[in-house]
Amino acid sequence: MTMLGDRQQLAYIASQAADARVNVELETEGMTLNIGPQHPATHGTLRIIARLDGEQVVWAEPSAGYMHRGYEKLTEVRTFPQVTALVNRIDWLGSFANEVPFILAAEKLMGVEAPDRAQHIRTILFELSRIANVSLFLGDLGVQLGAITPVFFAFRDREYVLNLIEGATGGRFHPNFDRIGGLKDDLPAGFIDETRVVMKKLRTFCDQIEDLLFGNEIFQSRTRGIGVIPKDVALSYGLSGANLRASGVDWDLRRDQDIPMAWNKTDFKVITHPDGDSFARCWVRLQEVRESTKIVDQLLDTIPAGPVMAKVPKIIKVPEGEAWVSTENPLGEMGYYVVSQGDQGPFRVKIRSASFNNISIVPWLLKGVYVPDIITILASLYFILGDIDR
Amino acid sequence: MRETELARILEALGANVVDSLLKPNDDMWIRVTAESWRATAETLKTLGFTYFGYVSAIDWLPSPFGKSEDDASGPSGDRDSTIKQGYTGGDTRFQVIARLVQPFTTIGINIKVDVDDAVMAVDSWSSVFAGANWHERETHEMFGIGFNGHPDLRNMYLPTDFEGHPMRKDFPLLARIVKPWPGIVDVEPLPGDDEEEGEAS
Amino acid sequence: MNAVLFASDLPYWLQSIFRVLGGLVAVLLPAGTVVYLFLFKMLSFMQSRLGPMEAGPYGSFQLFAEVGKWLQKEDIVPANAQPEARIFKMAPLIVLASTFLLVVVVPFGPDALFTDFETGIFYALAVSSISVLGILIAGWASANKYSLLGGLRAAGQLVAYELPMVLAVIGVVIQAGTMNLQQIVVAQNTGSMFGWDGIGNPYVLTQFVAFIIFMISVQAELSQTPFDMPIAESELVSGYMTEYSGFRFLIFFIGEFATAGVFAMIASILFLGGWGVPFAWFGWTTIDSVDNWMNFAGPLILFAKMMALVFFIMWIRFSSPRLREDQLQRFAWKVLIPISLVNIMVTAVLKVAF
Repeated sequence: MTMLGDRQQLAYIASQAADARVNVELETEGMTLNIGPQHPATHGTLRIIARLDGEQVVWAEPSAGYMHRGYEKLTEVRTFPQVTALVNRIDWLGSFANEVPFILAAEKLMGVEAPDRAQHIRTILFELSRIANVSLFLGDLGVQLGAITPVFFAFRDREYVLNLIEGATGGRFHPNFDRIGGLKDDLPAGFIDETRVVMKKLRTFCDQIEDLLFGNEIFQSRTRGIGVIPKDVALSYGLSGANLRASGVDWDLRRDQDIPMAWNKTDFKVITHPDGDSFARCWVRLQEVRESTKIVDQLLDTIPAGPVMAKVPKIIKVPEGEAWVSTENPLGEMGYYVVSQGDQGPFRVKIRSASFNNISIVPWLLKGVYVPDIITILASLYFILGDIDR
Repeated sequence: MRETELARILEALGANVVDSLLKPNDDMWIRVTAESWRATAETLKTLGFTYFGYVSAIDWLPSPFGKSEDDASGPSGDRDSTIKQGYTGGDTRFQVIARLVQPFTTIGINIKVDVDDAVMAVDSWSSVFAGANWHERETHEMFGIGFNGHPDLRNMYLPTDFEGHPMRKDFPLLARIVKPWPGIVDVEPLPGDDEEEGEAS
Repeated sequence: MNAVLFASDLPYWLQSIFRVLGGLVAVLLPAGTVVYLFLFKMLSFMQSRLGPMEAGPYGSFQLFAEVGKWLQKEDIVPANAQPEARIFKMAPLIVLASTFLLVVVVPFGPDALFTDFETGIFYALAVSSISVLGILIAGWASANKYSLLGGLRAAGQLVAYELPMVLAVIGVVIQAGTMNLQQIVVAQNTGSMFGWDGIGNPYVLTQFVAFIIFMISVQAELSQTPFDMPIAESELVSGYMTEYSGFRFLIFFIGEFATAGVFAMIASILFLGGWGVPFAWFGWTTIDSVDNWMNFAGPLILFAKMMALVFFIMWIRFSSPRLREDQLQRFAWKVLIPISLVNIMVTAVLKVAF
């Protein structure tokens, strides 16, 4: 973990100072390139309109909305359990993590707290979905940069985690397991031992990726010093998750917030990196997977006995009020602002998704970079289209 | 902690705050006047709320199309359309809501402002918080609320020539108009579980 | 093949047919083997999966299935490329043509060669640059911004890496004293190191630096990762090959692997001793005293050495990320060329001294 040299910082400042450049001697025009919506690099249908001067980007802007499904409008005509099923599909790689803040907000409005065992299991599944999400990121990172081999290891090891989630909840990608007041079911037999084995495998996978990818000099020269985001800019844009921690802001909602989940019963490190470049973002995510496996191991040791569902009426009517709950999702900070007026369903749900803010920095960040660096920066910012477009 | 923080904020904002609410072990809300919307942002930023959460809006009109999807009737005049605002009250149908957080204490504050129906615009925060740019674009296209001083207020998700503002309550959920909700169809009771399923038609 | 091989009075037209067939085999056989063995099976092994298993035992007929698939596809010429459709269609053929031109100078045995150029290696290096033209044409005529980017990147990269290749070869030429590839093979196999001729004098030992530089330049000439900016699959989809489908894409594909094979053949001739084994093993002294069975074993030996070199090329291709365009260029101009110049100077000095 090294600091950026002076030359790199100078290059960063110079590139930010160049707003628009036309090659005066040769009088060449710029070229407008559409990256996407169908493109191998973007995680889905994201379109980036880039105006190029040779290989350098003069101006770039993402044009989101190709996957807009109208979630916030849909939640107005659904009951709370139905919204839970809907909300799974926002960040579809770590889907359990999307349900949790919404359910917590509903429980806050109802004044109900899930029993300890349910909180514990929720946290375990949350961390499992974080591992599933970020391990795919690590594999995909290689593909974006040209290394086609690590992604297969990522998918292979991710299958173990998905099998665990399927065993517990019945669904690999969309568990739909949370209910207001607890969980739908208890854990299956053999889950705990199986999970311990899988966590060991994932730690091996992290070591492999660190060797294969992060130690590679070409990878380092492609990612160090690229896409530097200073601290204050990151906060002003509302970046969250690993992007924020890679710019040196020591902020983790799991540790700092007091919500009814089991993180405050575990001991984990919050990892930051001072550089704020693409390498930092990727590195922080790698370390977070490792920390997640340790959290899961600790949680497995201490699951309390008890019911998994609190006493809630069959037809749930949530009393009037407004509540905001946000959690440290795999992609960043995801929050729900739930407004209820005493019905079976919410009145208004505002979904604050992490990738929306993460991508809003792209127009500022992409000025003056080369075309290959666009891919590196997008890969390191890590967004999921469902999260941007909801 | 939160009480002292709220006290500081109220003192700094002074007369701009119309109402405030602090729920114990929960969150804080304030509602400010429309003229002071941008000044509120600047003041809060100097008070340490540098992390930008989001900017969005709430339409407090009860939906004329009914709330649940079993109710396939169209807009009917005899539906109750009294507007009832939530925390910290309000005087208008639309309210813009935003959230800012202090990074190292994670104390967050929800800020609401009334949007007058005749004016339908508030000041933009994009000069104070860069991230507000995209959020305001989305709020503008979904609710029709203008943002004065925004550099580039065009649609975020929808095509440029889209008519209407989808998140308004009087904009129907088009899927329901195109094809009405079929109701619960053919749910088989689980084996040995019939009494639990209830009246599934 | 040379007339001596069969009978001295083979009519010229029959010789020409044999030469053409031999050329086709010499180009397509390595391409096919490389594609199956390395691209399908070795890549799968490295990625912990099985690879093609259905078509034939262990997927060995997958190659024919692929060829058949590509041949029966629709031949699409993009609408915007219509004004230059003829050039668009010609581009893959130019790339493949340079491979065939290249294989003409490769000796496969003491008498098994197509032609005996005095300036063999000089011709080979000159002709390998023709593929750059084909790539540029493909990038430009596709009327597609991605292809254009890919083609321009290719132009810069391929020209930049020609120089280290040439300079690396000069070291070998100085040491062998001739540009004739057959003579270079003979010189390696009859040579001796400090009086011991157990393994001949393969130039890979004395010209180690040149060998590394040559292999790196070959990697770049073939647009393989880490130098595959022109193709850059996650950015430019396929670079200059994006708009090609069906038979034309097949030509590009075959060309890529055939050129890999041919460059590896040239590298094994220059550095590893080519088709021969050290003559001392069999007691031969000059090229004329080599037995005739060497004409059949020679190609096999060359093939084996070629496969070893292609293995390394492909291994690096499958494992590394790619360098960015300016990093590539910096590497070529600031690192490889100075080192190869130093290598030439050192070789010249040592050649005079010893």
